[in-house]
Amino acid sequence: MLVIDGISAYYGGVRALDKISLVQEEGEILALIGGNGAGKTTLLNLISGIVKPTHGTIMFKGEDIVSFSPEKIVELGIIQVPEGRHLFGPLTVQENLEIGAYRRRRRQNKKKISDDFEHILQLFPVLGKRLKQRAETLSGGEQQMLAIGRGLMGRPLLLLLDEPSLGLAPLVMQEIISIIGRLRQEGTTILLVEQNARAALKIADRGYVLEAGKMRLQGSATDLLENVELKKAYLGNRS
Amino acid sequence: MEFSQQIAQYIITGLTIGAIYAIVAMGFNIIHNATGIVNFAQCEFISLGGMFMYSLAVLFKVNLIIAFFISMAGVALIGALIEMGPIRHARSKEIIILIFLTIGLSEILRGTAQVVWGTDNVGVPAFSGETPIHLPGGAAIVPQHIWIFAITVMVMLMLRYFFKKTLMGKAMRATAVNRRAAALAGISVNRMVLFSFAFSGALGAVAGMIIAPISSTSYDTGIMLGLKGFAAAILGGYGNFAGAILGGIILGLLESLGAGLISSQYKDAIAFFVLLLVLFLKPRGIMGYGESERV
Ligand SMILES: Nc1ncnc2c1ncn2[C@@H]1O[C@H](COP(=O)(O)OP(=O)(O)O)[C@@H](O)[C@H]1O
Ligand SMILES: [Mg+2]
Repeated sequence: MLVIDGISAYYGGVRALDKISLVQEEGEILALIGGNGAGKTTLLNLISGIVKPTHGTIMFKGEDIVSFSPEKIVELGIIQVPEGRHLFGPLTVQENLEIGAYRRRRRQNKKKISDDFEHILQLFPVLGKRLKQRAETLSGGEQQMLAIGRGLMGRPLLLLLDEPSLGLAPLVMQEIISIIGRLRQEGTTILLVEQNARAALKIADRGYVLEAGKMRLQGSATDLLENVELKKAYLGNRS
Repeated sequence: MEFSQQIAQYIITGLTIGAIYAIVAMGFNIIHNATGIVNFAQCEFISLGGMFMYSLAVLFKVNLIIAFFISMAGVALIGALIEMGPIRHARSKEIIILIFLTIGLSEILRGTAQVVWGTDNVGVPAFSGETPIHLPGGAAIVPQHIWIFAITVMVMLMLRYFFKKTLMGKAMRATAVNRRAAALAGISVNRMVLFSFAFSGALGAVAGMIIAPISSTSYDTGIMLGLKGFAAAILGGYGNFAGAILGGIILGLLESLGAGLISSQYKDAIAFFVLLLVLFLKPRGIMGYGESERV
């Protein structure tokens, strides 16, 4: 479904990613792991068309999308839930969700969109109680749920999640993780970026480890969870 | 005339001019929210609205209603062209440079208008006659005042509906709040900015057209009206839609009462003095800034 080949990216002369390659099959959950500044967000922004690479190709369903605009990429069904949520703060919870469905404004009927709306309120019941509230008044955990809900309203074929657990209390984080598990059962293809490597690998099929802009390791989630190097660097000593 | 009657008359005039300021302020706000810039070409949108109306209705004897909509569409198109050309392709995206660009564009538009129409003040017929209607208190109101109120209220209701109820309007607000997130939702930021210029063009034109029968119009009537509208926007809270209405009405009333009760020589000074005073006490305007929080 997604084939990234030899991609490099720079921020004004400083290299952020160096010849990265990555393959994702349909229905798969990939975990992309790496410390702060490793280049994880940059990779997602390359896929979303917000950052443009100097080298390499990004094929989605057989089409090179490197030259596409961000909105065209969203049209194709690649939807990113950005790091730090980036909600439309002064707009209501409901408006945020409606805008999530913006890419479907022409193709799909209202019924399907309102069905998805109901479905998202089932996934995140707390949002249902806050529909008329401004998004900026929600708690951190609720905002993350809204960000994910907004992404889902676009009916992603490929969902890019950038550190959904960042800054959340452990309990809320568990909730988010379990929802990612449910999305997987529904067949959504997910590229999950996490600093919390253990939690990410537990729900992922395979994982990639990024370090200072280079791809260090890749393998099945179970192998990576057992990997000695990785244990030291990202998983802590608890096993 | 009795004193109370006079006051009533000043209030009617003040509300009328305030309604115009409110529409102009709305035009400033829409572009500001979409782009972060102050579009000084807004002033020219007002003049062009008046002059288009004059050309169509007076020179070419086009039906007033048709002339109204053609002028509105024409100025909206000019707004769109300004965005698609110079604004979008400016090498620098610095706010301050883009603002200067709008000042330059404003000069070009005004210069062109001067070549086309000359410098004379011209009249535009009132939308439905000039016979004053006498109100119970003794004050009189000409039909054009009623047109101005009615059209202003309609414009405000339509804008409110658009921004609160339609997906496109919500997408424009979303873009104003966070461009990156809007792009990630599949919204074309360029298109939203284009719409904002077209809208502001249409709003400026409406303001210029509805005031023209009362105060006559020329190639540069928009300058003072535009600056007052800008002041109204700041007074209400730049970018804030409710603030634009409030700011416009307050400014209009102050000006009219100040001119009537103190001296018409000082009417602009009074308005700007109050503006400075309010900003001194409430730097973000009466209602605070609008929704936009550029990221
Ligand atoms: N907009 C930017 N401008 C300049 N440098 C950036 C920008 N975004 C990220 N970087 C740099 O690129 C590198 C990778 O960053 P990022 O992709 O955000 O990493 P991660 O998401 O893994 O924490 C870091 O060194 C970071 O400082
Ligand atoms: Mg990151």
